[in-house]
Amino acid sequence: MSEENQPVTVFIDGEQAEVPAGSNLVDALESVGKEIPHYCYHPKLSVSGNCRMCLVEMGTPGRDRATGEPILDDDGNPKIMWVPKPVIGCATSVSPGMHIRTESEQVKSCREGVMEFLLVNHPLDCPICDQAGECRLQEFATDYGRGYSRFIEQKNVKPKRTRLGPRVTLDDERCILCSRCIRFCEEIADDPVLGFIDRGSYSTLTTFPGSELANNYSLNTVDICPVGALTSTDFRFKMRVWFLKETLSIDTESSVGCNTIVSSREGRIYRITPRRNDLVNDCWMPDSGRALYKEVDSDDRLIQYAIEGRPAKADEAISVAAGKLLEEGGVAIVASGRLSVEEQYLIQLVRGQISGIVPTYLVARHAEGDGKLLSADRNPNVRGALLTGLVDSIPESELTELNSLISEGSIKTVLAVGEDITEAGIPVDLLKKINLVYMGTHHTECSQYAAVELPLLTVFEKSGTFVNQQFRVQKFSQAIPGPGPVLQGFANLTGLLEKLDPSFSMEPTPAAVWEDMAGKVPEFAGMDFDGVPSTGIVLKDERFAGLSFVETAGMNFEPKNALAEA
Amino acid sequence: MNSVNKSTEIHPDERRIILKYADNADFDISIDCYKKHGGYEVMKKAYASSTPEQLCQEVMDSEIRGRGGAGFPAGMKWKFLDRKSGKPIYLICNADESEPGTFKDRQIIHKDPHQLIEGMMITAFAINAAQAFIYIREEMPLGAQILNEAIEEARKENLVGDNIQGSGFSCDLIVHRGAAAYICGEETGLIESIEGKRAYPRIKPPYFPAALGLYMCPTIVNNVETLCNVKHIVEMGGKEYASIGTPGNTGTRIWCLSGHVRNPGYYELENGKFTYGDLIYKFGGGLREGRALQALIPGGSSAKVWRAGERFAGKLRGGESFDWGIEDVPLDFDGPMAAGSMSGSGAVIVVDDSVDIVEVLANINAFYAHESCGQCTPCREGSLWMKKITTRMANGGAREEDADLLASIGEQIAGRTVCAHGEACAWPTQSFVAKFRDKFIDKAKEDPEKAKSREFRLI
Repeated sequence: MSEENQPVTVFIDGEQAEVPAGSNLVDALESVGKEIPHYCYHPKLSVSGNCRMCLVEMGTPGRDRATGEPILDDDGNPKIMWVPKPVIGCATSVSPGMHIRTESEQVKSCREGVMEFLLVNHPLDCPICDQAGECRLQEFATDYGRGYSRFIEQKNVKPKRTRLGPRVTLDDERCILCSRCIRFCEEIADDPVLGFIDRGSYSTLTTFPGSELANNYSLNTVDICPVGALTSTDFRFKMRVWFLKETLSIDTESSVGCNTIVSSREGRIYRITPRRNDLVNDCWMPDSGRALYKEVDSDDRLIQYAIEGRPAKADEAISVAAGKLLEEGGVAIVASGRLSVEEQYLIQLVRGQISGIVPTYLVARHAEGDGKLLSADRNPNVRGALLTGLVDSIPESELTELNSLISEGSIKTVLAVGEDITEAGIPVDLLKKINLVYMGTHHTECSQYAAVELPLLTVFEKSGTFVNQQFRVQKFSQAIPGPGPVLQGFANLTGLLEKLDPSFSMEPTPAAVWEDMAGKVPEFAGMDFDGVPSTGIVLKDERFAGLSFVETAGMNFEPKNALAEA
Repeated sequence: MNSVNKSTEIHPDERRIILKYADNADFDISIDCYKKHGGYEVMKKAYASSTPEQLCQEVMDSEIRGRGGAGFPAGMKWKFLDRKSGKPIYLICNADESEPGTFKDRQIIHKDPHQLIEGMMITAFAINAAQAFIYIREEMPLGAQILNEAIEEARKENLVGDNIQGSGFSCDLIVHRGAAAYICGEETGLIESIEGKRAYPRIKPPYFPAALGLYMCPTIVNNVETLCNVKHIVEMGGKEYASIGTPGNTGTRIWCLSGHVRNPGYYELENGKFTYGDLIYKFGGGLREGRALQALIPGGSSAKVWRAGERFAGKLRGGESFDWGIEDVPLDFDGPMAAGSMSGSGAVIVVDDSVDIVEVLANINAFYAHESCGQCTPCREGSLWMKKITTRMANGGAREEDADLLASIGEQIAGRTVCAHGEACAWPTQSFVAKFRDKFIDKAKEDPEKAKSREFRLI
């Protein structure tokens, strides 16, 4: 451990504590389980110091000005020189021997004062406020406020519903002017469109003339707003947050794998918000990933098992699908980089039950990386397919080879899992030449021509893992039950395997798949599903050193291979 | 072009150093006139024969304290300057003179602009500034025009600009106009404003201008009067300058006397040689016929008020004891401080018994609420709340408990804000309520109809 990483000894309300060197008082005290209440400070943004909620008393050991020797008190202990005014914890760094008072009468008075001031012009419209239940004003008023009001004057009146952009609506009366959103737009989103106009207590948050808060990270301002001022236009007035069940999940938009929280109630998702992971997405996620829950209830959702377009029971459809895969004439598999590691592994097992060489493809989704949290690879889990051996190369977006194989008649059956192969270069007239076994979450153009349709669960309806661009295996959990008829977990695939190999038996759960996988995939050796921590585990990637991954630099990520750098 | 009124009578007991020529009928703002009176000679001599270190030492020896409000020793301020950062050093003249009651800097700028330029160019040389600014408040358009023209004159004569007088030292000087906000007089707010941002004062630490000032470079911000004094310090030598006034309160100060006196105006007096009583009665001509002193604000409207008749007793820093009425308080830096207030920007506001003291505070509170930048919570919300309370009280809605409430709000602001505006808005309320508590409580007993008969409206 280098010297600067050595912990520093400080005294918090007289108690000795070891805290990280260089940290500010808010973070330092948090590291030992003590709260310094704050509004404007955010660990991922610059320090502004405007809310004054984190005022504490601070003193350092005195030193003689002439000699530099420590000044000792009568008991021989270092004499603490207390700073006469309270200091803001967010802008004060710890130093050895520092004393901090967080429970003194002065600190209590500071907090009561700030709470009172923040509330005098606050509309107190908690009963209709979306933030109620996760509001710092409510929490700190309860913890640190006086509990009664001395204010009898008229409150300031400000705009109640300002559209800042397509996804964010502002209630200016609730705003406590902490400037977190302004700093976020400047420092993280690189889109400085927010600012204050007017002065003093009449200060009002707004966008610069002619611009709007429209960047793909705009909703992060809603997340970091400590009060109910910035609201998600989508979530606004939809649900009281205390009814929401929170499930840990992963954003499937790209190989970044932003850590998320899916909030649901009674089987319905109301919002997706980022979950802090300092090694992946810090505290942020793109707006686009928050809308993905809408796919759960979309009109084109596939929920019915079908054989030749006719509704069928799950077991029957799976049997027919197995039969198609065992037919003579060449089978190919088109799997997806959007499937979980477990599904990719099971598909690989399915392939093992089919005789002959089975060409296997993923469909690439390449786009320009935004340098932040959308990588160039818009599939969340291409690396899972590589690790499980489902494929051994970087996928391409067009299935050119498969097109030729079908055209020349060497492929008669295609198992397509999670991909619309017409979009990937297999036109409808070719589809008519083959038996298509389609597994997917939604109806697609190709699914109309499928011999068998097996509905799949979305990422919100199952648990499993993805492997992101860092080769970090990350877990997601089931937030809501799948649609009624759809088999739970990975039962479509385990069912298919049972039909193909009567001796096969596996629970359709990630834990069971991992038990099998850990013995087969070298990078997973010794691991189990439950043991994957919520922040993920980085796997060894030596086996894939020769591959040219498409990702470019982004937040918390530098590409390893030369091609991407060039 | 000089449309500035000259003061015709100068009290014989004034000691005019900064305003030596300002009110002379034959003195104008042209560079020729300034040079005729010895202008720029001190600067030329300093450039030719002094090192920056020597000049800094002279200022240190002079013990001059900043004339902007805080009274911090200017030599010390220069000493804190980070000269080793490798970044350019900036000099800023704070001409955002906005404290109610203060009008001394305007006199200098309007009547003797070249004196400021000379003082600044000597300072720039002493601190090795790469660029100098005069930040002038929006409400002084004439001053900005005068300064711009004066700088142009100086530039033509190679007193400003590149390789000044062949010294090898280059420094340009530009005028930056504010946009009418009191907070731009706070030095870090001023710096933000020059950078083109809202004048939100910076948190200190870490943003002390001497290390992380304008564009995060080492910066010195001095008041107009302070920078003018630099010229005279260099001219007469720091030690000689220190013999003017009293120890710790060296030099002269231009006092701005306003309010209920017969002869309001500016008076340049040797520090510590007179009292507040002298200023009001000897120089200011005393109160109007039949009026008695009610209150005195000794250093700009943010300074803590004194009530007529109150006495201050204690021990000075030197150990000698004092027992003063408000008329006995020495007219310098340390005197008002010993009496629990401050000399601030040198603005002395006299309040006689013709006015309602609650209305006086209501007026002051309206100013500070309007001028709070809104950055930090206690000042932003507290200043407006206090304003709302005192306005209500003045308009016939006073309650007995308002006095304690006001005092408590003031306590919740002072010492807890980003910048000194917290104190600026809290001190008047705290001191008015403490010293005139009876009047604030009695206000509740007043007939609400009385407020309606007032000729002006408090909002």
